[in-house]
Amino acid sequence: MSLLEIRDLHASVNGNEILKGITLTVNAGEVHSLMGPNGSGKSTLAQVLARRETYEVTSGEVIFNGKDLLEMKPEEAASEGLFMAFQYPIEVPGISNPYFLRAALNAQRKYRGEDPLDAMEFLPLLKEKMKLLEMDERFQSRSVNEGFSGGEKKRNEIVQMAILEPKLAILDETDSGLDIDALKIVSRGVNAMRSADRAMILVTHYQRLLDYIVPDFVHVLAGGRIVKSGGPELAHELEREGYGWIEPALAGAR
Amino acid sequence: MTTTNTIEDLANREYKWGFVTQVEEDRIPRGLSEDTIRLISEKKNEPAFMLEWRLKAYRHWATLERSQAEPTWANIHYSPIDYQAMSYYSAPKPRPNRKSLDEVDPEILEAYNKLGISLDEQKRLAGVAVDAVFDSVSVATTFKEKLAEKGVIFCSFSEAVQKHPDLVKKYLGTVVPYSDNFFAALNAAVFSDGSFVYVPKGVHCPMELSTYFRINAAETGQFERTLIIADEGAQVSYLEGCTAPMRDENQLHAAVVELIALDDAKIKYSTVQNWYPGDKEGRGGIYNFVTKRGKCAGRNSHISWTQVETGSAITWKYPSCILMGESSVGEFYSVALTNNHQQADTGTKMIHVGKNTRSTIVSKGISAGFGQNTYRGQVKILKGATNARNYTQCDSLLIGDKCGAHTFPYIDVKNSTARMEHEASTSKIGEDQIFYFRQRGLPAEEAVAMIINGFCKQVFRELPMEFAVEAQKLLSISLEGSVG
Repeated sequence: MSLLEIRDLHASVNGNEILKGITLTVNAGEVHSLMGPNGSGKSTLAQVLARRETYEVTSGEVIFNGKDLLEMKPEEAASEGLFMAFQYPIEVPGISNPYFLRAALNAQRKYRGEDPLDAMEFLPLLKEKMKLLEMDERFQSRSVNEGFSGGEKKRNEIVQMAILEPKLAILDETDSGLDIDALKIVSRGVNAMRSADRAMILVTHYQRLLDYIVPDFVHVLAGGRIVKSGGPELAHELEREGYGWIEPALAGAR
Repeated sequence: MTTTNTIEDLANREYKWGFVTQVEEDRIPRGLSEDTIRLISEKKNEPAFMLEWRLKAYRHWATLERSQAEPTWANIHYSPIDYQAMSYYSAPKPRPNRKSLDEVDPEILEAYNKLGISLDEQKRLAGVAVDAVFDSVSVATTFKEKLAEKGVIFCSFSEAVQKHPDLVKKYLGTVVPYSDNFFAALNAAVFSDGSFVYVPKGVHCPMELSTYFRINAAETGQFERTLIIADEGAQVSYLEGCTAPMRDENQLHAAVVELIALDDAKIKYSTVQNWYPGDKEGRGGIYNFVTKRGKCAGRNSHISWTQVETGSAITWKYPSCILMGESSVGEFYSVALTNNHQQADTGTKMIHVGKNTRSTIVSKGISAGFGQNTYRGQVKILKGATNARNYTQCDSLLIGDKCGAHTFPYIDVKNSTARMEHEASTSKIGEDQIFYFRQRGLPAEEAVAMIINGFCKQVFRELPMEFAVEAQKLLSISLEGSVG
């Protein structure tokens, strides 16, 4: 059984249809990359999968880990093992990073019927993951994302992912706004998380990220549909030829 | 279920302190005149100096009332109050020959039990002494004997007038004179009870002191007066709590609190204010028009105000410090929440008179529903206040898009050595913030509670431990609003 099964998914926001029939299968252990020009619907797909209520699913179905994802609230999807690294991580003044993360982890553990971790059990775990992402110790005393640089926020997303250990991680333009050093650190963190029982979807505009995190499959989105799928070589093709060829392909699909 | 619904559900919980206790009342007829004042004073068997003071206050107030000098500068709106339409004294009828707590009317004991305040010393939170004020009078004070061993006087104001008239005469009205403002004048004329605390030289009060104010009777005002004196080197921490039944009419609560700290003394005064806020349409609720002021009279004296204001239809209060003593310190930590149609105009005044005086103001306003929340603060550095310092932080949090936050800081510096810092921020709990929490597995309800507690943390940590927990719960219950 596949981990994620998306069948003919249509979704709109304020009456405008953005996703016009997405079909995609993701198995455990696979890394998929979703590429495409701005406005192609790739971030919308990520948000719909994370169950954001601003997007209305008009038809289609999504089975995640054997369950109907579209019936789940965002916190349920999260607790079932779906994680999204945000393109623009939110600042939360007054709540310390470790407190937030432990509350999140314990909320998910509670959902799964597991005992909560106390601070003494949690801190070593946090330290280990922070080291992996080369996060400064000061991070522990700061509020969630408050006063973080763009790069620090993105690294913090990956720290959260490493702690929550999701079954499916969706990285929404995690590479945007990162310099090359930060990109390497983030990639190392993501690669360390690759495993046979975890799948990832990398949403990205550029091929650059895929030099560091090599996907198993690349899909090109345009106009709310997947217009082409292939292996990692497809990303290089896009890098060489740009997205200009898509328009005719799209016209052909109509 | 949408985020918006979840938060409304969380918020729509009932005001659970809104019950009415059936007791026989000794109540004077409605209306206010010199005769009313004489009647109240007589009922309390007061010495002549008290009656004279009350009458002076009444005459001053009557002049203000005739010239329509009720303050209108605050950012609050309400229909004119008819001062002749309410009763100024209502007390549960005393049982004859009451000797101990066992003889307090069981109905009243039950009322306090329902409020979670046990007047039975055995069952009280360890280390907290309570004065229970029911309508116009104090019905019980716990741990009096234990406190007396240390020389600490903790009793109702009425009892202090009888047993410690010299102390009352020496300090009453020295911080908030009867002529201070309209509501302070009214209070001085008609106040019926309240708490009195005197901590002698060098004594650190061995337990938290607290007063629990309960309005029960209908169509009455509550006018209590609290006077706390910390003698040289003394320390005391005091907490007040308050609730009232749910009624469709507005009720006036006009209290006065005076604090006096002598050399090296420290007073910490905390409030968890939970008067009935009115219903969702803004009907009923308490008008909480209160004057609170502390005088740091001595060198190195320290007065700290902490308030968590979640109740009342309208709140008008500015707990302030007059920093007279050299190197004295004033602090104000406040959380004010307005929801539905609640209005709050609250803040502080820090008047720096002495050298090297320091003050800190941390104000957190939360507005939800149609709530209007105003911070009004004055920091005044007088000529002689060399090297005075003030730090002000003023943050507003908006929930939904129909509420309002307003900030009016006044800064008046007459000495060039002063150092002033002012920080302000306004933020909003938005759908994006809530979604971020939910994507990490935290339900919307927990997300809002976490965000609000994070916002208020600086103030909560100033509260005594047990009350910090209570305040957090209260805040999540009092919240109603939509996230958009």
